[in-house]
Amino acid sequence: MIEILIHGRGGQGAVKASLALASAASKAGKYVQSFPEFGVERRGAPVKAFTRISDEPIVVRSKIYDPDHVIVLDPTLLHTIDITKGLKDGGWIIINTEKSPDSFTEFKKRFKVATVNATKIAVDNRLGSKVAPIVNTAILGAIIRVLDVATKKELAEGIKEFVPIKAEANVKAANEAYDLVKFSEEA
Amino acid sequence: MKKVILGDHAVSYGALLSRVQTIAAYPITPQTLIIERLSEMTANGESNAIFTKVESEHSAMASTVGSSASGARAFTATSSQGLALMHEMLHWAAGARLPIVMANVNRAMAPGWTIWTDQNDSLSARDTGWMQIYCQNNQEVLDSIILGYKVSEQVNLPTMVILDAFFLSHTAEGVDIPDIKEVDKFLPPYKPEIKMDINDPRSFGALTSPDVYMEFRYKMQESMDKAKEVITREGKEFGKMFGRKYGLVEEYRTEDADTILVASATVASTARAVIDEMREAGQKVGLLRIRVFRPFPTEEIVRVIGGKKKVIVIDRNISFGKTGIFFDEVKGAFYNYTGNKPPMFGYIAGLGGRDVTPKVIREIMDDAIKKDKPESEILWKGVKL
Repeated sequence: MIEILIHGRGGQGAVKASLALASAASKAGKYVQSFPEFGVERRGAPVKAFTRISDEPIVVRSKIYDPDHVIVLDPTLLHTIDITKGLKDGGWIIINTEKSPDSFTEFKKRFKVATVNATKIAVDNRLGSKVAPIVNTAILGAIIRVLDVATKKELAEGIKEFVPIKAEANVKAANEAYDLVKFSEEA
Repeated sequence: MKKVILGDHAVSYGALLSRVQTIAAYPITPQTLIIERLSEMTANGESNAIFTKVESEHSAMASTVGSSASGARAFTATSSQGLALMHEMLHWAAGARLPIVMANVNRAMAPGWTIWTDQNDSLSARDTGWMQIYCQNNQEVLDSIILGYKVSEQVNLPTMVILDAFFLSHTAEGVDIPDIKEVDKFLPPYKPEIKMDINDPRSFGALTSPDVYMEFRYKMQESMDKAKEVITREGKEFGKMFGRKYGLVEEYRTEDADTILVASATVASTARAVIDEMREAGQKVGLLRIRVFRPFPTEEIVRVIGGKKKVIVIDRNISFGKTGIFFDEVKGAFYNYTGNKPPMFGYIAGLGGRDVTPKVIREIMDDAIKKDKPESEILWKGVKL
């Protein structure tokens, strides 16, 4: 079983990203679970969403405290919260940023880093506005590429299911991120 | 068809597939998603049900009682404060012997104001005459709505299908949504023996003198007893048709176990991972999940845990001035047991939505295993004082 923690800000679509990812992995034949941080969400405030993906039925029904991988939808969160809290050694950190993975030297001591400029992809595809782009679908393309949990086709179906508005543009953004994500297996 | 859906939407699908004819409901977090989806289903023609927006939960149940009495398959859903507000009508639904099915999302009672899960809302309705089913995953939620009607319409008592706030209501997972034509074969249309009918007028809920009131209560109890057989039989029948069998309780690795953990709802689901982990370490532990709390499965509980060395009960609820409620009832089940009564440890955990993680459950197990007997009636887990 892999446990993924998505960090975002209210309004960026962390919860929808988790749902679409779970749906895609389910279509790939996996057992899945997706849920938000159970609270009262506020736009702009840090939020979390959780995804479990497994070859076996999933019985654990508590929040994820020690994730295998973390996703960071908003690079400003890197200065606000400890996104590596509980993260298992060798786990992936997938960050929405224009920077390259090599610029995260601190993270790379214990973890693997992948980066993608999901903000630019979202703006280019007119997802959300320039000041508040909705980056959730773009980052999904990067996630399935790096973690290898679903195909592009399965992800497209998952996105259409949970993000039906502007579905085509969202799928296109995911595909672009799939191609543009920068990562290497070396820690 | 397998689909990734929220627990709340599993309820909506369960109602849709049961071809409910009336839905009267009032929104409350974390239940609102159930009736939002049902209102979409009635608006877009997927469901032919009459959807009534009401001004309160008391009215929701009153309206549901009315439509059920007139012969409709009636549905509603609520949570917490809403369930408390409809309490008077819960007695009415059961006393009038109406086979209503309602989903209740377990949410702790205020104050302090809360939206997170525990079982005190539904357990406060324990003695209303409703059957109570505590679910552990979204599939069971959907299936239990269908099964609820199948059982309720045979025993003329209402069913409350209960799911944990957020840990089920807002958690998405893969659910097999059966074909409605298959469900039709399992659950035929509701044909009441007696209904409100202007062409065949009768009295309903008339003044009931001390001469006869007690007999009505006797009949309710008789039906609750009969419900145990019906739930078991229909749960097996459902298994034959859909591949998922349900009973009053569920056993997990209990057979050669000397220590049994008793739990319900999602805590029982999470506990399976802990049982596996401890089994791998060579510890003989097992799990008894209480699925149906009313009617209470006394015989099944005694059969599974009688003669064991130790019993540990986790309650996500409390009867103030007594103990955890499941713990109290499990102990009560042993009063007439003539064999060796196992020592019982009653832990309270997870109130108000505090997370009951595998680690929490493991600590509870380890704590009880190292002790000969509990030092107090209530063992609080994780209280910060």
